[in-house]
Amino acid sequence: MADAAESGAAAPGENILVVEEVTKAFPGVVANDSVSIDIRRAEIHCLLGENGAGKTTLADILYGVYQPDEGRVLLEGEPLELHSPRDAIEAGIGMVHQHFELVPPMSVIENVVIGTPAKQWLDLTEARRRLEEFFADYDVEIDPDAEVGRLSVGEQQWVEIFKTLYFGVEILILDEPTAVLTPQGIDELFRILRRMRDEGLTIILITHKLKEVMDLSDRVTVLRRGKVVGTVDTADVDQRDLARMMVGREVLMQADKAASTAGEPVLEVDEIHLASDTGRGSLEGLSITVGSGEIVGVAGVSGNGQNALFDAIVGVRHPETGSIRIVGQDTTESAPHRIATLGVASVPADRIAQGLLMDFSVKENLVLGNQRERQFSRSGILNRGQIDAFAAESIDSFEIKTPSASQITRTLSGGNLQKIIMARELSGQPQLIIAHQPTRGLDIAATEYVRRRLIQERDRGAGVLLMSEDLDEIFQLSDRIAVIYDGRIVAVTQPDATTLEQIGMHMAGASDAGQGSP
Amino acid sequence: MEDFFTYSVILGIFVATFKIATPLLIAATGELVAESSGILNLSLEGTMTLGAFTGFLVANQTGNLWLGLVGAAVGGGAMGLLMAVMTATVKVNQVVAGLALNILGLGGAFFWYRSVYEESGAVAFPTVDRFQTATIPLLSDIPAVGEVFFDQHWLTYFGVLMVPATLIFLNRTKYGLELRSIGHNPEACDMRGVGIISRQYTAVIYGGVMAGLGGAYLSLAGGNQFFDDIVAGRGWIALAIVIFGNWRASWILAGSLLFGFLEATQLSLQASGVDLPYQLLLALPFILTIVALVLNRSRSQVPLSLTIPYHRGER
Repeated sequence: MADAAESGAAAPGENILVVEEVTKAFPGVVANDSVSIDIRRAEIHCLLGENGAGKTTLADILYGVYQPDEGRVLLEGEPLELHSPRDAIEAGIGMVHQHFELVPPMSVIENVVIGTPAKQWLDLTEARRRLEEFFADYDVEIDPDAEVGRLSVGEQQWVEIFKTLYFGVEILILDEPTAVLTPQGIDELFRILRRMRDEGLTIILITHKLKEVMDLSDRVTVLRRGKVVGTVDTADVDQRDLARMMVGREVLMQADKAASTAGEPVLEVDEIHLASDTGRGSLEGLSITVGSGEIVGVAGVSGNGQNALFDAIVGVRHPETGSIRIVGQDTTESAPHRIATLGVASVPADRIAQGLLMDFSVKENLVLGNQRERQFSRSGILNRGQIDAFAAESIDSFEIKTPSASQITRTLSGGNLQKIIMARELSGQPQLIIAHQPTRGLDIAATEYVRRRLIQERDRGAGVLLMSEDLDEIFQLSDRIAVIYDGRIVAVTQPDATTLEQIGMHMAGASDAGQGSP
Repeated sequence: MEDFFTYSVILGIFVATFKIATPLLIAATGELVAESSGILNLSLEGTMTLGAFTGFLVANQTGNLWLGLVGAAVGGGAMGLLMAVMTATVKVNQVVAGLALNILGLGGAFFWYRSVYEESGAVAFPTVDRFQTATIPLLSDIPAVGEVFFDQHWLTYFGVLMVPATLIFLNRTKYGLELRSIGHNPEACDMRGVGIISRQYTAVIYGGVMAGLGGAYLSLAGGNQFFDDIVAGRGWIALAIVIFGNWRASWILAGSLLFGFLEATQLSLQASGVDLPYQLLLALPFILTIVALVLNRSRSQVPLSLTIPYHRGER
């Protein structure tokens, strides 16, 4: 913004921020291993890497959340000591976190004012004036008095960005800012970020999406396992080069998948309504069908009813009206346990909160929920031998990397956590698999593994309902694509009969994108 | 029954309503500020008891009731400080810390009382020359209204004034806004450079001071002595009133007055020998609290991070 443009003493292109051999270790993992990067004034610099590569840790160091164990950071040639985000803000560094740092019950303007050197007697007129000016300037329509918790995620993103710029920062760090946006929302964000750069703002953008790097950045630094692989001018590379740098080997950008035809329906959801409960979203007459041997991908921006749909199918909550049939049986009012015994496997979006007991052992998590089966217990007494045998077999066949079956689950990586859930859920040869964001936060190898498994299950004859915010994943895996918006399925189509843009239009709620109805 | 609905009995009930509501109101408005910062202080009962005692001790020893109030504020504030150390710094489970401090406050007050007064061999119960009501000239001459509103203790006026004061503080000042923000999402505040621990200390110590003053009302104004069961559950009721009031100062006033009214009514009923189950009236505030909780479920103003300790960098 204006503050950023005027205050720069040095010319564009000079180094504004230099990271020198920064090392940061956490118990059991070196998140940043002697990382050196130079950021130039008024450039868009991407930090690219897989999950766990150390991007966010580095950003948190630049924002004062963590202090480096070794190395230092220089701002305009001067060493920078950051003990807290307060110090970073005072040095002119702002950060927009991956999950928003907002206070949902408060208004937009109150969120903006928090932490600013405003007078004790709250006078919001000045903040309101600047906010309205900014929104007008960038063609963003948000009511400054709206409650933040009621805004869409895209709008919340704007509040986050403006909140940071309100401090008058010169360097803006954005951590995975596109995760919650539609393709159109991403274009809009990028257009404005480019403009801000041209006005003199230095932007550091963290991402694991190659396309974003190519579209937006001037330069890119690739991180792998806490180390810098290299910094390159974006113009000199293509996506394939970046993928190789990021993963350390050639990457198959496509999952292999034979054509399939859907058999008998295994899931029939008919016109269900479900009121919102503790922020899990609502359903407004949603219908969807999944047949055996097909993968139905549900695309949508998060918060449009995916959680509620998951809850309704697995029986955690029951719809007020409408019906759900699984393998021909009415399960509208059934308890989760009964639904599971029909051959339903569920992979929840939040694997830590909903899928696992993090302080239990790997083998306990592998039988979690199945402990009542005759295989694992008799008259309420657990059969240790059977559990150990099952755990050993699962660890082997799902390639779970753990020192032993008795290892405490918390110590495992995200990919291995997901494999535990997959091993448990797929063990009974399920007829229906509900996978919600099954690869979120996983590295490329684990992602490939999970996707291959889902295709294998489909080929075996299972029906798969795949809910994902990753459109590439939806396009790669789905035999049919359904778009969820505002608690309804607004379009159903085939991947080869549509485009990313059309799906994006439906995700944003455009009604006339010319696709079939559910 | 006709005897009951006389002018003097009904007027007496309204006068008593404010007297009974005073300690609840003072403690509950203080607890509202503490909870706004995300810290649930379950030790109100013990804190009020200790405040009732330290207030009594100072007043009894110095003969100065106002110094007694200072003593109560210091006693309550010390309890608040302990709570803040345990929850904001050490980040102990707030429920556990609150319950432990509650026992400390109750036990500490009894122990201290006995070690001061029973060992001195006093025969009669020690007393103070308690606060008289502060009669406001002219206004108190208005029939009925004057007696109910303008012939009360200073602490009662103070308690009522704390309602708009708390409202303005929480909603119209930057510090209040930041406190409430911390109660909802401390991480968001930390990332904005707002110091969390210092604000939680301020809020919880303030809550302790107010609970101490609420307790002192019982030993220095409502009554003139200290005894073991002096607070008699009012600390728990104050906590319930914060919930009943849905974390809004104006509703906390209403809740305190409602409780005071029901309590005053049941006392009058008992005194007049009317054959009504007074237990029902006693239970009513709690039943209403539960009803209010159910009705407010979707509009609850509860601080979203209440009882959840904040650790930077842990997500």
